[in-house]
Amino acid sequence: MEHYLSLAVKAIFVENIVLAYFLGMCSFLAVSRRVETALGLGLAVIFVLSITAPTNWLIHEYLLKEGALTWISESLATVDLSFLNFLSFIAVIAAMVQLVEMVIDKYSQTLYTALGIFLPLIAVNCAILGSSLFLVEREYNLAESTVFGFSSGFGFFLAIVAMAAIRQKLRYSNVPEGLRGLGLTMLVTGLMAMAFMSFSGISL
Amino acid sequence: MPDIEVAETTTQVAQPKEKLFSKKNKRTLSDPLSDNNPITLQVLGICSALAVTVQFNTALVMSLAVIAVLALSNVTISLMRNMIPSKIRIIVELAVVATLVVLVDQVLKAYLYDISKRLSVFVGLIITNCIILGRAEAFALQNKPWPSLLDGLGNGMGYAAILLIVATGREILGSGSFFGIQLVPDSFYAAGYENMGLMVLSPGAFILLGLIVWGQRMISKKFEDN
Repeated sequence: MEHYLSLAVKAIFVENIVLAYFLGMCSFLAVSRRVETALGLGLAVIFVLSITAPTNWLIHEYLLKEGALTWISESLATVDLSFLNFLSFIAVIAAMVQLVEMVIDKYSQTLYTALGIFLPLIAVNCAILGSSLFLVEREYNLAESTVFGFSSGFGFFLAIVAMAAIRQKLRYSNVPEGLRGLGLTMLVTGLMAMAFMSFSGISL
Repeated sequence: MPDIEVAETTTQVAQPKEKLFSKKNKRTLSDPLSDNNPITLQVLGICSALAVTVQFNTALVMSLAVIAVLALSNVTISLMRNMIPSKIRIIVELAVVATLVVLVDQVLKAYLYDISKRLSVFVGLIITNCIILGRAEAFALQNKPWPSLLDGLGNGMGYAAILLIVATGREILGSGSFFGIQLVPDSFYAAGYENMGLMVLSPGAFILLGLIVWGQRMISKKFEDN
């Protein structure tokens, strides 16, 4: 149990997927203008990541990695399909995003219109594909992958909501012309990343 | 904002007969380098832009990989633009891009194994680099292969330019070297000079990019709202 807790803390704070690995920056910058939309996108990302991380782990473990096909026949032990990782991961993610889109469309029209173009774009959110690739690279098991997927999503959620709150306050301040928009957002993100780095002393 | 930029480019429809390097085609190639830079003005593709910029040589390899994928995917999608049903276009585009990235990844593993190890997951993440899908959606689906190739090359080089500037800054300030060659002499270190540890870590990249954007906006005088 302790092991999973420390994995979660690491994925949420110390190695935050946005602030330490720069993944999911596009939507992080584009959808952090208002807290409500940021909340919606953050929740959608948590949901998609919690599903895709274990699914992609299963696909990698039982279909693609070297020797994974031995459950079909012993003669397939030398088959290595891991070059298909990218293709199959992105297909799973695209399908999941389509599913989430349909669910949100049905149950919350306001959220659906607020997220607009960014909902289908979750499919190309680096945070999602990145987590799937990380869990292959770090050789997590199924339980670890699930925890990692959820915590990465939660880390993204935390970062984007905090950013949206900061930007909402910033709207009333007098910022130098050239720094408005992207420039200031990057600087604030840098400061946030520094703040999150202070968690790196935590070990459970 | 990116949406407006995209709308502008979509309105250009290629004329049936024009010279290979007509004025418009030249603009397609050169605009993304400064006036319509994919990173600083269209705000696309920042994800991978920062992670690989601790050192100059990883940034260089990453830039070349992105230019290759972007140009080829633009051409491929432009060739198929009349056959792709608009409802499933995202999936088709992703399939094209993912296939190209698999090819690039295999080439890197074969010829530049060390750097490909250091790039780790970020080669795979070219698939989800917003520039590639963004350009496919905004340009390649409406234009002929030749302008699409130029657009891909232009945007790829615009991306590479920012990537290399950030990488230069981070490597010189963070490690005191450039392209792996030590720049800051030993006597400096002996006199108490220390490398800026912050530049090697993620906040350095964010802050450096923020400053670059600021500089570029001051020069181009194109401002946005808060």
